[in-house]
Amino acid sequence: MITEALTFFTPDTQESEGAIFFDTGIPCGFPSPADDFKQDRISLDRELIKNKEATFFARVSGQSMIGAGLDDNDLLVIDRSIAPTHNKIAVCFLDGEFTVKRLRVESDGVWLQPENPDYQPIQVTSENNFVIWGIVTNVVKKL
Amino acid sequence: MFALVDCNNFYASCERVFQPQFRNTPIAILSNNDGCVIARSDEAKKLGLPMGAPAFKYKQFFKENSIEVFSSNYPLYGDMSSRVMSILRQFSPDVEVYSIDEAFLVLNTIENDNLNKLGHEMRNRILQWTGLPTCVGIAPTKALTKISNKIARKFPKETGGIFVINSEEKRIKALKWTKIKDVWGIGRQLQKRLTQQNIKTAYDFTQLSDAWVKNNFSITELNLKKDLEGITTLTLEDDHPVKKSIATTRSFENTYTDINDIKERVATFANSCAEKLRKQNSNCNILLVLLQGNRFEETSQSYKNSTTIVLPHSTNSSLTIVNYATKAIETLYKKGIKYKRAGVIVTELVPTDNHQLDMFARENPKHQPLMKAIDDLNNKYGDQKLKLANQDLGKTWKMRQEHLSKQYTTQFNEILIIK
Repeated sequence: MITEALTFFTPDTQESEGAIFFDTGIPCGFPSPADDFKQDRISLDRELIKNKEATFFARVSGQSMIGAGLDDNDLLVIDRSIAPTHNKIAVCFLDGEFTVKRLRVESDGVWLQPENPDYQPIQVTSENNFVIWGIVTNVVKKL
Repeated sequence: MFALVDCNNFYASCERVFQPQFRNTPIAILSNNDGCVIARSDEAKKLGLPMGAPAFKYKQFFKENSIEVFSSNYPLYGDMSSRVMSILRQFSPDVEVYSIDEAFLVLNTIENDNLNKLGHEMRNRILQWTGLPTCVGIAPTKALTKISNKIARKFPKETGGIFVINSEEKRIKALKWTKIKDVWGIGRQLQKRLTQQNIKTAYDFTQLSDAWVKNNFSITELNLKKDLEGITTLTLEDDHPVKKSIATTRSFENTYTDINDIKERVATFANSCAEKLRKQNSNCNILLVLLQGNRFEETSQSYKNSTTIVLPHSTNSSLTIVNYATKAIETLYKKGIKYKRAGVIVTELVPTDNHQLDMFARENPKHQPLMKAIDDLNNKYGDQKLKLANQDLGKTWKMRQEHLSKQYTTQFNEILIIK
């Protein structure tokens, strides 16, 4: 006995849209002369973030570092993997508060230097509860 | 050689990175809905705060002992975890993420000096880059790394957070130090049976004969025994195994008696399951819906019911899953009961791209692009901005999270503020 193989048809339930939209280039005509010179578009992420595992963002409150270009509400890009050295701008945790200042390593110890004449430099002593949290690599301003 | 890197008190440590004022304060992290304690800092452990302690019962205890309490902040913990894992991949291409806060690595150096140094490098890099303290256990097998890690954690001063098992002498000493209940993979039942045999330490376990272990237990325990003997039998498992079922079950913040309130909750849970399905590219075939009365109220406490629905076709559409889940509530609901908890579980999962086409019942083809659009928008604008109409629009955040810290690394408007 011969059994005929069954063929199943799946009904097409898609409703017609009237026109078919092609979202890829139409495969004829000349290839773009730029194809061989394709590069990735400029990316701010790539430019500002050198080490993504160690990078954090924070916002500035106040103007103690205005001389270094850090204004109220600016966005800081902080890289924790950079070693804190003399003259770097660092986010520090000092006695219960986050603060951003320039690091000064002098013969008499470590100083946190504001960049605003209205503020006094702070000397860090063993009395302080002090951690250098990360180094500021970039500032992003909204105009 | 293998390494096991484990973050110390991970949730508490994540909170401390962004709130360093709590570096030496006892910390407790509460479960979803601020129900019970799910993580503790060392200081909180020392105070005798037990794991799983119900938050409402321990209010006074928290206060008296100045314990800093946090709601769980999973967006933060998840991001910090992915940073740690990605740093570990710089040390080895073979990394198995074992849980949110620990990972196994395959190390390819054999010189003993280097292993210790390598362990220190891993630990220091993670600490400096993320602020999270870890312990590193290095040993010839996975089961032994679990033990060496424990030693590193237990003796921070002597080990500096790194312990390497690289000699027979050290292996035996470590096994003798390890109680049988602390051996990786020995559950409570097994532990009972082993104690009856007078097996008290990991070392005692390895002294049993292979045949006896296999006959009395199973091949799993035999593999574990070999691993403890230093013979590699357990290897790295694939990253991100696709989950076999997904559940969203929660207690309500209040008790509900009205069916519409319950339907709204269940719609939200079902929607969350559907989202998780789409995230891992799965469809489900079976849906379980659970409903439970208030355990602290006499007439309601015994009420507990559930129903299973076999779906006509596999799906990950929120619309379909929510629809079936809310229908299920109509069969489960009884008047006069104060409901406190519900849940939705999706199971019998299949990959989205090869689900069987049913000739007679299949998903409306418009659902898929719609779901993608919803997911994209919710990813962009934060959690749950776009909801289905049967979810309550007024209640934007239903979970009780009274002690939630900021999402410092995943939401721009919640980043650190610095003076």
